[in-house]
Parts: sequence; structure tokens; C-alpha cells
Amino acid sequence: MPDGRWRPLEIAFWLIPVACFFLFPSYRVLGSQILITALFAVHGFHEPLSGLLAAAATATVAGYLVSFLVVRGSDLTRLMVTLGIGLMLWEAANKAHSITGGVDGLSGVTISPILGLWRFDIGGRTAFIYAFLVVFIVFVLVRRLVNSPFGLSLRGIREGRRRMPAIGAPVARRLRVVFTLSATVAGIAGALLAQTTQFVGIDTLGFPRSADLLVMLVLGGAGRLYGGLVGAAIFMIAQDWLSGIDPVYWQFWIGFFLVAIVLFARGGILGGADALRARWRVHKR
Amino acid sequence: MLGNFAGVLFDGLAYGSLLFLIAVGLSVTLGLMNFVNLAHGAFAMVGGYACVILMTRAGVPFLATLPVAFVVAAVVGVLLERTLYQRLYGASELDQVLFSIGIVFMSIAATTWWFGPSQQPVALPSWLRGQVSFAGVDFGIYRIFLIAVVAALTVTLTWLVEKTRFGSRVRASVDNATAAAGLGINVNRVFALTFALGSGLAGLGGGLGIDVLGLDPTFPLKYMVYFLLVVAVGGSGTIKGPLIAALILGVFDVAGKYYLPDVGGFVIYALMVVLLILFPAGLYGKRA
Repeated sequence: MPDGRWRPLEIAFWLIPVACFFLFPSYRVLGSQILITALFAVHGFHEPLSGLLAAAATATVAGYLVSFLVVRGSDLTRLMVTLGIGLMLWEAANKAHSITGGVDGLSGVTISPILGLWRFDIGGRTAFIYAFLVVFIVFVLVRRLVNSPFGLSLRGIREGRRRMPAIGAPVARRLRVVFTLSATVAGIAGALLAQTTQFVGIDTLGFPRSADLLVMLVLGGAGRLYGGLVGAAIFMIAQDWLSGIDPVYWQFWIGFFLVAIVLFARGGILGGADALRARWRVHKR
Repeated sequence: MLGNFAGVLFDGLAYGSLLFLIAVGLSVTLGLMNFVNLAHGAFAMVGGYACVILMTRAGVPFLATLPVAFVVAAVVGVLLERTLYQRLYGASELDQVLFSIGIVFMSIAATTWWFGPSQQPVALPSWLRGQVSFAGVDFGIYRIFLIAVVAALTVTLTWLVEKTRFGSRVRASVDNATAAAGLGINVNRVFALTFALGSGLAGLGGGLGIDVLGLDPTFPLKYMVYFLLVVAVGGSGTIKGPLIAALILGVFDVAGKYYLPDVGGFVIYALMVVLLILFPAGLYGKRA
């Protein structure tokens, strides 16, 4: 990393929520907003692993409740409902100053050593390894899910939503389940962020964060397991690099890349690579 | 209390009519081309900056800058439509959303580069400033002017869409673009003209709204949610839907901020979620 403004563990953190986006490649702005529930969970728990599980459980419940609202309506309606819920949560968190610390956020969240063995050190080595392991485990589980019959039916819904009921797949229920699952993953990510940085701010709930997530997702390629991972890493590095060259106007370049990717490289970096490979193969023959 | 209420209602109507003016173009592009254009606010910003630049650098009076705001935004809109937007008409909605949010980012950075990050001032002519008292309630003159302008534009727009040949082409293309093209309507040209009209109206709204909404480079992002809200609640592809939605949202937003300042923006978002759950296709939307 250049000058360490984005530490490796932060990149690792971003990998989880983005990886969960691939499950349901619609604009689910809500994902990161489930972080708030993680926040409440972290509040009560100081032991990292149980805190992580509690956050995941809270986020699952919240995601399940919200999923009923999200599955209905057209795409625009869905986008607006998730945005609305996110903004409402932001306002609520902003007002509940005693719990969340308002705009200042909560600092000094004390986290006891993992399993009583490994203490979080200043250099962030423990935090990095811990975050990385959690990411890896979640990734393996998600990968397993994608390759299961359930994952296959999700892919079917993506390709032809109207046809799936005809072969007996309950579309709305599947979508609710996957939404809930991605909320769980997002909850884990939120708890991980809080534990490793020992700070929780309400900006995790904000719209800009959600937009960042979407950018990462499309950069790597939506609907791909590794797309989120690649996209998150590249976004973080590009952001650091661009804001180093051009501290005020780096946003312009992010916007520029977005437009360029949508126009010329549908499917993000991995999708573009696939297309190139396919073309090369045809050429060789 | 009652006088207060009339004042709040009035301010809300003025605010809502401004939202309508900016968002109506978005409603039509969404209904016509199925394009989720998050960058619509950027056209409003273009119009607003055109007003400010003409006023402060060339000394043009406020009212004379408004038509220019319309024209500049319409030209920028049609250029972007022909060069970039039309390539994405068949693309997935995710692509469209990302593309237009990219445009928003670029417009914010470019505007900051040219005009600086600060709020832009507007000098209203003296006869538009101040207030009139009626039945013990103070009404801002500029807001009366705003409501009058939007009312006149709405009547013109309704006439344009319902009585003219261009309007019937637009309606035909909204209903079924393929069939309309089969009947010999140049759907592409209808798209381009409608896009220009929509962005022009947004630009006009941006110019008119400097005094109410403010104007700085983050404008497209700050009000994006509001414009989308108007269209989502009202239903796309109509004029009546967004008008009613904008007025409802304007009144509730102003009333919420006035009577329940502690809850802040909560009211309008809660209202939106409730309305969207009750009417998933919008108040006047086409059933999908």
C-alpha cells in the first residue's frame, strides 16, 4: 500500500459486503445499512467472536424483516424503498445520540483479545489476520452457497424471472432468503469493521458508502463471486492513488471510470477479461 | 396556529411545485425510455449555473437569464443523449444507474473545478423580494411567483402532451415504442426531443430554485433522492402523477421540518416508504 492510508485490513473489510452483493445483483443499497445493527450488537459485547455472532444474528433478523418490503414492486420502487429505509435509519441513529454518539461516532470500543489469546496490537497485525480469516471463511461459505442448487435457482431468477415460477421455484421466497443472508454477511462485516478499527461512525449508514460499494461491485463485475473481491481491492487502491495525485477532484476520475466501464466493458473487469479471452480464442482459430 | 398552518402549506406548495418542475423531465425519460437517469439533477445544476454566471459576470437581469437556463440545459441534455445516453437504452438498469451516477460524480468535480465549492448567490429583482400580508398571514412574493410560473408551465405542458401532434407521438412511444416505430413515428427523434425538453425544464427549475434550494456543486447528489422520490411515488410517464406527488412531498417535508424539527427528514422518508408499499407502481403509474 502506498503511504498506508488504506490499511490492508480495511481492504479486507470491504471484501465481505461486496462479495455478498453478487448474490442478488440488483441495486441493493441496503447492504451496508444493516451495519447499524452490528453497531448495537458490538455495543454490548466485548469478546470479539461472540460479538461477531451477535451482530450476524441481529442483522439477520433485521434483514428478514426488511426483505418483505424489498421484494415487492418494480426496480425503481425497490431502489427507493431501500434508500428510504437507509435514510430513516441514518436519521434515527443521528438522533439516538446516547447510543450511537451521533455524528461524532463511538470511539474507544474496547475489544478483548480473541479467544483470550491474541491481543489487538497497534500495528494491526492481529486485526488483519483476524479480518482476513473471517473474510475467507465467509467467502468459502458463500461460494458453497452459490454452487448449491439454491444458488442455481438464484441464477435462474436473474436470467429469467418470469420463467422461474413455471418450473416451481418460489421467486419471492428465494429473494427474501438471499436478502436475509446478505444482511447477515453485511452484519458480520460491520462488526468486523467496528472491532478492528475500534470505532463506529454513523457514516457507515450514509448514502456515499452505499454508492462506494456499488462502484466496487461494478468495477469487479456484478454477479460474480470474485468480482466483488477484485473490485474492492482495485477501488481502494485506485481511490488512494487518485486522491494522492489529485486530492480535490479524484471523484471526477471515479465517475469517469464508471462511465467508461459501463460503456466499454460491460460486466466489469472480470467480464471484460472474459470477453477479451473469448475474442482471442476466436482469433486463434 | 391556523395562520402558521396556512404559511407552512403555502411554502410547501411552492417547494413542491419546484420539485415537480425539475422532476417532470425525469418522469418522462423514465416512462419513455425506461432509463433510470440519476444525473437528472445535473441538468438542473447546469441551468442554475447558467443563470448565476449571466447575472454576476454579464449583468443580465434575473428574469432574462431563465430562458437561457432552459436553452443551455436542453442543449447539454440533447448532446449527452445523442452521444452517450442512447447507447444504454437497452442496457440493464444496474448499468444505467451506475453510468448516470458516474456522470453525477464527474459533474460535481467539474463544477467545483470551474466555479469553486461555495454556494452561489442570486440577486432577485426588488419587486420579487419581500412579502405580502393577506388575512394576517405573510406570503413570500417570490414563492407566489414560483407557484404561478409552475402552474402556467404545467398547463402548457399538459396542452403540449394532450393536444399537439408531438404530444400524441410521445404518448404513443411511451405506451409501446415498437408499435409506434412500426407506425412510422421516428421514435429516436421523439426520445431526443423529449430528453431535451425534460433537461430544459430541469435547467429552468434549477435557475428558479437557486433562492429556495441553493446552488453548489453537490446539488445533483443532494437533491437526487428528492427527484427520484417524486417520480417513484407519482409513477413514471405521466404529468399528473409527479405533480401530485411533488406537492404532497413538498408540503409534508416543510410541515415536518417546521412542526417536528427533532425528527428532521424522517417524516418524508417514512411517508415515501408507506406510499410505495401501498402503491408499488406509484400513484398514477402504469401497472407493470
